[in-house]
Amino acid sequence: MANQKSYTISVYTENNVGLLNRVSSIFLKRHINIESLTTSQSEIENVNRFVIVATMDDSQARKIVGQLEKQIEVIKAYAHTDEETIYQESALFKVASDSLFDERQIQNIIKDSHANIVTVSREFFVIEKTGRRHETEKLYQDLKPYRLLQFVRSGRISVTKEPMNISEMLTAF
Amino acid sequence: MKAQTQTANLTIEKKTQHISGAEAVIRCLLAEGVDLIYGYPGGAIMPIYDELYKYQDQLRHVLTRHEQGATHSAQGFARVTGKVGVAMATSGPGATNLVTGIADAQIDSTPMVCITGQVGKHLLGSDAFQETDIVGISTPVTKWNYQITEASEIPEVLAKAFYIARSGRPGPVLIDITKNAQFDTFDFEYEKCTSIRSYKAVPDIDKGQLLEAAKLINAAKKPMIVFGQGVILGEAEEEFKAFIEKTGIPSAWTILGLSALDSKHPLNVGMVGMHGNYGPNKLTNECDVLIAVGMRFDDRVTGNLATYAKQAKVIHFEIDPAEVDKNVKTDVAVLGNAKETLAKILPLVNENSHKEWLQEYRSHDTIEFEKVIKDELYPTKEGITMGEVMKEINSKTGGKAVIVSDVGQHQMMACRYAEFTQTKSNITSGGLGTMGFALPAAIGAKMGAPDREVIAIIGDGGYQMTIQELGTILQTKAAVKIVVLNNEFLGMVRQWQQLFFDKRYASTEMVNPDFITIAKGYHINAKRVTKREELASAVEEMLSTEGSYFLEVCVEKENNVFPMIPTGASVSDVRLS
Repeated sequence: MANQKSYTISVYTENNVGLLNRVSSIFLKRHINIESLTTSQSEIENVNRFVIVATMDDSQARKIVGQLEKQIEVIKAYAHTDEETIYQESALFKVASDSLFDERQIQNIIKDSHANIVTVSREFFVIEKTGRRHETEKLYQDLKPYRLLQFVRSGRISVTKEPMNISEMLTAF
Repeated sequence: MKAQTQTANLTIEKKTQHISGAEAVIRCLLAEGVDLIYGYPGGAIMPIYDELYKYQDQLRHVLTRHEQGATHSAQGFARVTGKVGVAMATSGPGATNLVTGIADAQIDSTPMVCITGQVGKHLLGSDAFQETDIVGISTPVTKWNYQITEASEIPEVLAKAFYIARSGRPGPVLIDITKNAQFDTFDFEYEKCTSIRSYKAVPDIDKGQLLEAAKLINAAKKPMIVFGQGVILGEAEEEFKAFIEKTGIPSAWTILGLSALDSKHPLNVGMVGMHGNYGPNKLTNECDVLIAVGMRFDDRVTGNLATYAKQAKVIHFEIDPAEVDKNVKTDVAVLGNAKETLAKILPLVNENSHKEWLQEYRSHDTIEFEKVIKDELYPTKEGITMGEVMKEINSKTGGKAVIVSDVGQHQMMACRYAEFTQTKSNITSGGLGTMGFALPAAIGAKMGAPDREVIAIIGDGGYQMTIQELGTILQTKAAVKIVVLNNEFLGMVRQWQQLFFDKRYASTEMVNPDFITIAKGYHINAKRVTKREELASAVEEMLSTEGSYFLEVCVEKENNVFPMIPTGASVSDVRLS
């Protein structure tokens, strides 16, 4: 269990039903907990990208990548440490509207955190904050005393500092 | 019947035609060269069975007595022929019964395509009768799987299925077809699959790595080879032989590599692993270069990894990149298929003979013979040993038979003592250790190699896990020879209980039925042997019988398999008693 750290696993895949199950089962089989998982289209048409965050050691990360790439519909997989990626998460906070008007402090919190107000209604307002985990976490702690009705945070999205060269790889197939 | 088939034959000429999805499935199988499939019908796959009826003179369907039997038969067929085995089942329980065989094929890299029926698309997710999520269930144990919900998908998906199953490192593929897709008609056209953009079947050989490997081999003083099924799957037997004969390197095999090299070849030094031979296990930790060819360093081969071949430089010839550095850190990995890699390295290696080093294996053999083999093959005590049964079979078949073994003590004895002169002749469940594998696998092997003697070696436990396949033998007249080595115990578990659990024999003793009566109930010739002096003539009678034959040999109840590397111990701590 030595040298455990956070890895961002990026998986470029074909866009097929059932692939999520195949990808997640590789983590399940090795008893590795997936901390966050995001899937979306990638920079290449008809190619999807999974971004998975999990804690493991270097050897596990290498083997996970090998097992992922072995899957027929996986084009390429990578494991990156936090230092090798640019990453963000998004969080939404739903707060009762009366707090906004009754508690002056809350306006300062929003201003200082560089968060955006997405919508305001008579009953509630919604704040959006994108950033690193500690930033969304701080806003969560700051807003907690003011009747936080709902809170949700997205999985990590990330791009790498190094180029991926997937397009070249696909033309070579 | 005949008229229908003729129409089918004639219409094959035309490129595109309007047919049902069910007929398309059959046409795809024919286009892939399939002429034999194993299966069991049921509601959701009836349209395909209806087409099978029409095409029965081109495509033979063998009705097994359980879907698990269908997968193992398809595996046996695939292992003996090198072709893709095909199994078919209905939805729900039919599909789930395939899972053990699929998992077995996955871990032993056996090319297999399984086709399952599924409830109609409009019923998916409604918990319909016999609906089960077989794609979800089979995902971790298939090389690829896919659910077809439209008839028009059938040709492309089945073409992919066969390409994936047989190419690269082979494996099982499951295709689930909803009932509406079987009934619906569409314009059929078939084109074989030759590439998939996200899948590289065989990695390119890196010239630099090849040169590095050759350099290490040429400089080695005590090199050792461990070869696995990659030699057989890659059809690299000739190239492998040329390579070892030029370099003079002692070569040991994993259980699935067995039969790739003649048992009597002077460089064949036996089996590695838990019940492997004394020499190759001990000397794994004394060699200076370890060359792994088409094998994956299973824990049953390596024992404790922390003390496995630490002194050696490790070279790994491997087709699957995910296997490199998975269990054992390699110094040089050469990716590619064994056939091409071995052919390419041959001119780069020097002619050599490691006479003194080879002699070390032979000295260990002498010790093993004295302490283990002598009592197993030439017993002086009263009870029959499993080893002497194998010796009798060797002497009567001359090592030409296909030996299909089940899982347990008898399997280790079969693999330790059976002699082989021909490749693709040792069929056993290696990775998964599936009891019940041998009887149905032997049926498939016999159908794949009808001119060869196929002998199933089974324990009394495993035999009763798929004993219903005697019905398949009765119906198809498959001339399988069945040898049950009966010790009235789940012998391997009992051996562990004796050695590691103070002889607490928890649930390992078996009260068995009269196997002879059962065999006779299926009209199979049968004989029971309880005395040593009856053994030779009984084996003779079995082999001279034209059809199938059942031979029960009542062996010593509490014999053990040695040598043995206890779980977690080092290969050099291999025990002789």
